[in-house]
Amino acid sequence: MEIALRVNGQERTGDIEPRRLLIHFIRGDLGLTGSHVGCDTTSCGACTVLLDGSPVKSCTLFAVQANGSEIKTVEGLMQDGELDPIQAAFKEEHGLQCGFCTPGMMLTAAELLDRNPSPSEDDIRWALSGNICRCTGYVNIVKAVQAAAPAKSEPVATGSEA
Amino acid sequence: MTTVEETDVHGIGQSVKRKEDDRFIRGKGTYVEDLVLPNMLHMAILRSPIAHAKIVSVNVDEAQAIPGVVAVVTGELLAQHNLAWMPTMSGDTQAVFATDKVRFQGQEVAAVVAEDPYIAHDALGLIDVEYEPLPAVTSPQQALQPDAPLIRDDKEGQTDNRCFQWETGDKDATEKAFQQADKIVELSTFYPRCHPSPLETCGIVADVNPISGKATLHMTSQAPHAIRTVFALVAGLPEHKIQIITHDIGGGFGNKVPVYPGYVAATAASLLIGRPVKWIEDRTENLISTGFARDYHMRGELALTNDGKMLGIRVELLSDNGAFFADAQPTKCKVGLFHIVTGSYDVPAAYLSTQGAYTNKAPGGVAYRCSFRVTEASYLVERLVQNAAYELGMDPAELRRKNFIKPEQFPYKSATGFVYDSGEYERAMDLAMNELGYAELRKEQEAARAEGRLIGIGMASFTEVVGAGPSKDYDILGLKMFDSAELRVHPTGKAILKIGVQTQGQGHETTFAQIVATELGIPTEDVLVQYGDTDNTPYSLGTYASRSTPTAGAATAMVARKLVEKGKKIAAHLLEVSEEDLEFKVDKFSVKGAPDKAVTIQDVAFAAYTNMPEGLEHGLEDNHYYDPPNMTFPFGTYMVVVEVDADTGQWKVLRMLAVDDCGKVINPMIVQGQIHGGLAEGYGIAAMELITFDDDGNCIGSNFMDYLLPTSWETPRFETHMTETPSPHHPIGAKGVGESATVGSPAAYVNAVIDALAHTGVRNIDMPVTSAKVWEAMQGAARSS
Repeated sequence: MEIALRVNGQERTGDIEPRRLLIHFIRGDLGLTGSHVGCDTTSCGACTVLLDGSPVKSCTLFAVQANGSEIKTVEGLMQDGELDPIQAAFKEEHGLQCGFCTPGMMLTAAELLDRNPSPSEDDIRWALSGNICRCTGYVNIVKAVQAAAPAKSEPVATGSEA
Repeated sequence: MTTVEETDVHGIGQSVKRKEDDRFIRGKGTYVEDLVLPNMLHMAILRSPIAHAKIVSVNVDEAQAIPGVVAVVTGELLAQHNLAWMPTMSGDTQAVFATDKVRFQGQEVAAVVAEDPYIAHDALGLIDVEYEPLPAVTSPQQALQPDAPLIRDDKEGQTDNRCFQWETGDKDATEKAFQQADKIVELSTFYPRCHPSPLETCGIVADVNPISGKATLHMTSQAPHAIRTVFALVAGLPEHKIQIITHDIGGGFGNKVPVYPGYVAATAASLLIGRPVKWIEDRTENLISTGFARDYHMRGELALTNDGKMLGIRVELLSDNGAFFADAQPTKCKVGLFHIVTGSYDVPAAYLSTQGAYTNKAPGGVAYRCSFRVTEASYLVERLVQNAAYELGMDPAELRRKNFIKPEQFPYKSATGFVYDSGEYERAMDLAMNELGYAELRKEQEAARAEGRLIGIGMASFTEVVGAGPSKDYDILGLKMFDSAELRVHPTGKAILKIGVQTQGQGHETTFAQIVATELGIPTEDVLVQYGDTDNTPYSLGTYASRSTPTAGAATAMVARKLVEKGKKIAAHLLEVSEEDLEFKVDKFSVKGAPDKAVTIQDVAFAAYTNMPEGLEHGLEDNHYYDPPNMTFPFGTYMVVVEVDADTGQWKVLRMLAVDDCGKVINPMIVQGQIHGGLAEGYGIAAMELITFDDDGNCIGSNFMDYLLPTSWETPRFETHMTETPSPHHPIGAKGVGESATVGSPAAYVNAVIDALAHTGVRNIDMPVTSAKVWEAMQGAARSS
């Protein structure tokens, strides 16, 4: 089947089997390997991309379902050579360790901040609850999202400063 | 000459931002699944749906006939190349692909190698395996019954399902201590099977060059050098023709220590076909077949005087080792380092008797973010101590305080033979209690109870033992547990540090550069840390059991000191003074008493290639193989406050406060991040994570909808604090820290729940402490009161 969609602002096309998963199209056909596969069951969120602005788990969507849509992956977060504030904040706040969940986590967070420029800690934790991280215990991910928020909320209390 | 302060080189003690993040935040990490080699094929593995069965036949004709299928690999084919079985890390054997029987659900039976992964999976469904089912053995208790079906009939002389028997400590002395005791407190508890579940599963791209015979194995390994040696021994390949490259690893937590059948099969397929072969596990394969953790049935007893002095500890263990004894642990240890079970306490006598059993479950007990079973030991003793406090009518903190090993007792030799290097247990506990407001909380707990609300305060004052070697005591398959570092300074004063230990997210690219910065004065940003390529890094036993900093971190400091010594000779030549007149501070060699007469490390590096004194070898580089004189013993106190819903058994963490002491801290930001991660995994283990089996041996917990990992929503909020008690024997005073929080925290969470119910007589709820189990415990307590 032929499909055409916009990925990170560029027109992309593919001639693919109907059963091909969106994540495999993105990683294999388009070579955008920043999105990862962690669980195959829509549980972990490592494959999260934005589809028409909303976070989706691309491991449980067929690529043909994305025909005609606008996709954003981690590779599309930078604008004009500048890091997105969420990318800068993840580094600054040590919001990542092994880096495997990070692309999906940042995209989910970026979408949250688009909707809600000053999320509370509960807002952030709820929004990110479809993305599993095994390394950070989420503490610094929450901090990073707060730091990247256009309208800053109260920082998280986490004991004595390291 | 400008003065460079210690902080200007961004060395030890500073929260330097991580170098590795620049690629990860752009989605430009390179994980094994990202690799695409020319002509690469894809492998998928057929696994047994049955836990225990004879293989009657394997027919691959239909699978082979699908266009795009290049080969179907069976156990029989591997057997022709003497590869159907492989050695395990505990000196047992494990089937690569089953030939005679399948012994657990998910065991590898055959594989399809195809042009495309979708085709490979299509073909798997067409392999026809005829099984003759056998009764499954699903618990170690069942396994050791006299009439239990024999699982390991492949092993000569094996007549039952006993896997090992091992004891340590002084049985008689412990017996005597128990005879003298006023009080004996007993706890039988099960530390259930759980799984490390790094977010990236295991995988390999095996690329055996048909002309040179060189095998380049791009794989997810926490111990690439040791694995290279194992591959050489297993496959009979010459070791100089095996190169293991790890790239970026998406978490490990022990899961990526062992050699798995998929690695061997993909390598064999590449060798036979002459093209690169990629194999990437799916999540179910990862959960049902790779290294699990724990699965220990434990019975502990603590002997005490009426006023709370501990006299002895006695433990009986029964472990469920699965179908093959494939635990990753030092050779001489059958239950890892469980004999650290005396914990933070001065217990004069200890005795431990253990046995392991084969069952029809996945093999490969790994330490899930833990130093070889110290997690189970720490859990048991910390649970026992709290229960003992209830029996004695003492406050659990005060019972701990009374028995802590005191600072002046270090180095302290424990009843099971460990020599604890340093610790200030009381200081850590007091800090935790003060920050928590412990005394006040106890009053609140009392007041809440009067209103019918169930508040619990749990604590754990753990001590870990990490950083194996020393080589005289610890080896894996004979490979001694030293570690190494190689440091080369280029003419312009930039350096490359090569290490064999393997980061999986711990930030080695940054922290190891910080050690060089402090020792040699070359700023962290000017030090490139290279790892993950066995052709280009020195030998290493790998990263697990919190051993990188204690071993390779020490080697890094030591090699840098060698370069300082050589640098001193060069500086003496440049300054025309004698070596003895020089001192090295931060980044400069200066004349004692005349600090302006100085050259920098960069001047010295340039001279090493341009203006070397006669008689001195050119260049500025060296290596160091470090054999630690002892383990390091990080410690801390964790405190958890929970509220249990009296109607439903649901419990919620109100506070989680951690005080850690890992000796000298290299990068506080990274250390704190490690602790956060461990506290979350500890919570998962205490509250949610469970791999279990039905009576037929079907794995329950084979995907992330059944095997529950904590998300940002369930994970408690953490408050973290540090004390710093340097290791006296480590060159920079550091101890390992990556696993402290997973080791220490499960007991604190569970103790908190028990504490909320203790007044009703509840003394144990096995993990994971689900609301259903809490509710049942409350009903039981109500019935018996």
